[in-house]
Amino acid sequence: MTALPLILTVFVACAVEAIEALTIVLAAGLTREWRSTFQGMAVALVVLAAIVAALGPTITLLPLTALRLVVGALLAIFGLQWLRKAILRATGYKSLHDEASAYLREVAAAKAAAASSRGRVHDWYAFTLSFKGVLLEGLEVVFIVITFGANQRNVGAAVIGAAAAVVVVAVTGVLVRAPLAKVPENAMKFVVGIMLTSFGIFWGAEGAGVSWPGQDAALLVVVPVVALVSLGYTVLLRRPRAVQPTSAPTSEEVTSS
Amino acid sequence: MRRLRSIGAFWYDFVVGDDWRVAVVVVAALALTAVLVHAAGVNAWWLLPVCVFAALAWSLRRATRT
Repeated sequence: MTALPLILTVFVACAVEAIEALTIVLAAGLTREWRSTFQGMAVALVVLAAIVAALGPTITLLPLTALRLVVGALLAIFGLQWLRKAILRATGYKSLHDEASAYLREVAAAKAAAASSRGRVHDWYAFTLSFKGVLLEGLEVVFIVITFGANQRNVGAAVIGAAAAVVVVAVTGVLVRAPLAKVPENAMKFVVGIMLTSFGIFWGAEGAGVSWPGQDAALLVVVPVVALVSLGYTVLLRRPRAVQPTSAPTSEEVTSS
Repeated sequence: MRRLRSIGAFWYDFVVGDDWRVAVVVVAALALTAVLVHAAGVNAWWLLPVCVFAALAWSLRRATRT
């Protein structure tokens, strides 16, 4: 695989997470204060970079077969999570992730919280809100950067994809000064889910000892097949909903974001 | 202890997610593939995709029926 598909996959996955992190950062910055918000964001980015710097070179030392087996399994499991969520959202069984309402919730909580300073941080609430938001959303990106980068022995290319996504989302956020609610987040998650699952299947099976027909070219079949099956499930699940539009929400719909 | 438990819960949710059965099917399929390849000499490249699609269908079915 060349570096381009690697960079593009990491870019899209990272952009989705960066949009969610941006919502939290904007809520903290606009309602509390920017200095503490940027401090929280900067510390989270340093922690994330340290994780990549520590795990990236270490994981590439593993034998390729073992690495592909473990990483393939993790990617398949992780990708299926994303696909499952995206399909449930696309078919109406789970509510769509709404950045505008998420932003309003964070703003309300930020306005209600009391101000307190610690050390060089003037507003501890803004700092922790920004730190947690960036760190938690960033961990998924780190996972994808390390697994994809290590498998391709090209962590640098994966980091470029992730960094480009963060810059694009951050610049857009600064220009718009509002959560990026119009970005088709569910569609992006669907695409990333397909890519993660496909690479998980490909690398996992290779790690288990399989020899794919057509070698690396098999990926060109695996990705469209995963996409078609996922779209097929989406179409199949949509039909009964059209007949029963008033069916009760699932427990997941109620409890998860 | 409480913090350790919450860290464990975070990583479980991060990796395994909403449906642990999917993770079990993927791991079992990989183990079976390895056995077929190394012990029986069968190049079972088709097994993991089939199991992944079945696991996704099963998980979606469970989620939409509850």
